[in-house]
Amino acid sequence: MSTETDESAESDGPELDGEEAELAALRARVDELEDQLAAVETDVDDGQKSMVIVATKGTLDMAYPPLILASTAAAFGWDVTVFHTFWGLDILHEDHSTDLQMSSVGNPNMPVPNAIASLPGMDRVTTKMMRKRIADNETASVEELLETCFDMGVEMQACQMTVELMDYDEDDFYDDVTVGVGAATALEQMADADIQLLV
Amino acid sequence: MSYEADITETLDVKGLSCPMPVVKTKQAVDGLAGGDVLEVVATDSGSMSDIDGWADGTDGVALLDQEEREEGGESVYVHYVQVEE
Repeated sequence: MSTETDESAESDGPELDGEEAELAALRARVDELEDQLAAVETDVDDGQKSMVIVATKGTLDMAYPPLILASTAAAFGWDVTVFHTFWGLDILHEDHSTDLQMSSVGNPNMPVPNAIASLPGMDRVTTKMMRKRIADNETASVEELLETCFDMGVEMQACQMTVELMDYDEDDFYDDVTVGVGAATALEQMADADIQLLV
Repeated sequence: MSYEADITETLDVKGLSCPMPVVKTKQAVDGLAGGDVLEVVATDSGSMSDIDGWADGTDGVALLDQEEREEGGESVYVHYVQVEE
């Protein structure tokens, strides 16, 4: 009888050790997962949203969407970057930004047919009409929105390659504009951003 | 006008349209202390949804109430924003 008991005690021994080892491994795994979860929650809970807009257009109408979204996002307390490239650079250009033009052609909703809209001077007329509408509606001007964006800490970037391509000089842009950045900078910021828009 | 007694500051954005009511509200709120109440008076009907959305998505502020009233024949939209303690 005693031999049987000893045998059963002996056989229980290694089995218990195995269970304890398994339990220890599971505890270690739970600790590891809890650490990972805490790290993920920290990432999510920092609450700092960010947005990157790529602004490629420089007509009066197309300057508005990036400026309005950028200033509003800044009002939410988000980190906002607007990467200006090609004609989008004109929004940041000290002389051009106050004189952005509207195109009369290519928009079938315009009150005049394209054949007439393409006549010399028609873009001036369309631009004047749009500026009057903006003033009558008390919609903020491009200058006002730009100033608001700068005041609220929006990072306004000018794409270096297109600054050179368009034959602009760094000094042509407002003082707060960040120059010397390229596609890799934009992509890196976009990868980390919650919202990425191309205008 | 249940919040009249609690108003710390009034921001007049009458006539201004999107995005300025929200932007100016944010700038005004930044100058206030915890517990203060900002009254925002706008004529932009979109401000009812915009100020609500902004307050909802912004830390540290709470929208206490919104109301629409007639003033001199035009609709005025009033928002009460409190800076959280």
